[in-house]
Amino acid sequence: MSLPRVHEIPIGGIITEPGSSRKNLTGGWRSLKPIIHDDRCIRCRICWTYCPEGTIKEIKGEFVVKGRKYQYKYEIDYNYCKGCGICAHECPTKAIEMVPEA
Amino acid sequence: MTAAAALQKAKTTLALTSNYAVAYAVKAADVDVVAVYPITPQTTIVEKIAEFVDDGELNADLIHVESEHSAMSAVVGAAAAGARVFTATSSQGLELMHEVLHIASGLRLPIVMAVPARALSAPISIHGDYSDVMNTRDTGWITYIASSAQEVYDTVIQAYKVAETALLPVMVSYDGFLMSHTTEPVELNDEEEVRRFLPRKDRPNVLRPEKPITMGAFAMPDWYYEIKYQVQEALMGSLKVVEEVDAEYGKIFGRSYGIVQTYRMEDADYAIIAYGGAAFGNAREAADIAREKGIKAGAIRLRVWRPFPTSHLLKQLAGVKAFAVVDRAIAFGSSGGGPVFLDVAAALWMNGIDIPGLSVIHGIGQRSMYVEDFVKIYEMLKSGERNKVIYMGLRL
Ligand code: SF4
Ligand code: SF4
Repeated sequence: MSLPRVHEIPIGGIITEPGSSRKNLTGGWRSLKPIIHDDRCIRCRICWTYCPEGTIKEIKGEFVVKGRKYQYKYEIDYNYCKGCGICAHECPTKAIEMVPEA
Repeated sequence: MTAAAALQKAKTTLALTSNYAVAYAVKAADVDVVAVYPITPQTTIVEKIAEFVDDGELNADLIHVESEHSAMSAVVGAAAAGARVFTATSSQGLELMHEVLHIASGLRLPIVMAVPARALSAPISIHGDYSDVMNTRDTGWITYIASSAQEVYDTVIQAYKVAETALLPVMVSYDGFLMSHTTEPVELNDEEEVRRFLPRKDRPNVLRPEKPITMGAFAMPDWYYEIKYQVQEALMGSLKVVEEVDAEYGKIFGRSYGIVQTYRMEDADYAIIAYGGAAFGNAREAADIAREKGIKAGAIRLRVWRPFPTSHLLKQLAGVKAFAVVDRAIAFGSSGGGPVFLDVAAALWMNGIDIPGLSVIHGIGQRSMYVEDFVKIYEMLKSGERNKVIYMGLRL
């Protein structure tokens, strides 16, 4: 995402158009990012339930991991994930790892 | 027009204190909102404005606020809504406004404020020095320091044009008591003409229900720096606006002041840089006396303190052997000297110029400054005293 330069920003930093989180992505202040290790995930949905930002997406499909077939998998939308680590903390199988943001 | 009517329309001169001169200028500028809170020596400005509003001579909303913090907040809000605004303060009141001063400049609001300068507590002093004004140095305000009631009147009118062009708040300061409460003749402009000089213009940063905007939003580390740099850039660029407005004002109303005012600097070897009415008055008189004693003395007055008029000042200092800055404020714990001295030293150093200087602190808490003191400064410069801080008039 390239941000506007000094002269491209309205003076006084005023906001001239209404925005929403669809337009303004809110993942910018994350320092640690969660990574889901699919092989350890038992699809219990606890992370999906606990994420305060509603950032974890439930993806439907056929997923085969280590010989087992699953109907779902969980993905993180990094445009909105704040890196709070609640998902990693709550995951019963420690399938979510918090790694430093590159 | 009959001769009598023409005469009537011709210049009006009144005997006014600098505070009343401010009030007359505010009336001429036809302001919409005035936030008032009393503090010595400012109070008589807003008292006079209240009279004008009461008499129907000024059609403004006068807001009685509960503190200076509220006064500045009220004019920030009114300016954001598009009003032409005014407030005034001094000393601790200016300190209480301090956090909102940053908001005014950050939002780029054309607020005009008068500050008859006064010493800061503790101990409590109601008397004049420039501690309060100097303490606002880094708030992003354009800051004038006027030196006569006439200049105060003219500068407040100019300030509206400067503020509305540069989109920055402007402070017009002058000596507390020595000017705020002493009476001088002031020539007033025709108010119609002032209103033509200050036409109402649309600004981009105004709240309008038809086209909503958000002001004063939160800025993350990836936005804040750019927005504050805009203030810095606007402030540095505003010196040109100050100069142009002064020139245009001069053409219409016959009085202009420039950025720095000089006295006998044409061939001067030794210069005193001063600001405000009393210090520059003394410096001028002392320059005459020093010249009789064979010292080629000259005086320079800073009329604009922020943005710092580096090139205007350096042009004046180009030929001198040594200079002194008389500061009416202490920059506590600084590397050396008073606040303006520090800026002059930085201006020289940044331009690779090596002229020795003396930092003179004087007139603190309105300690009497004598013409002889200023003569002594010229003598010290001549005798080769260099690069030190002198606390003049102090019982050490
Ligand atoms: S780190 Fe926090 S915000 Fe990000 S997915 Fe996990 S719970 Fe949601
Ligand atoms: S909490 Fe852990 S195990 Fe459960 S769905 Fe989320 S990642 Fe998978």
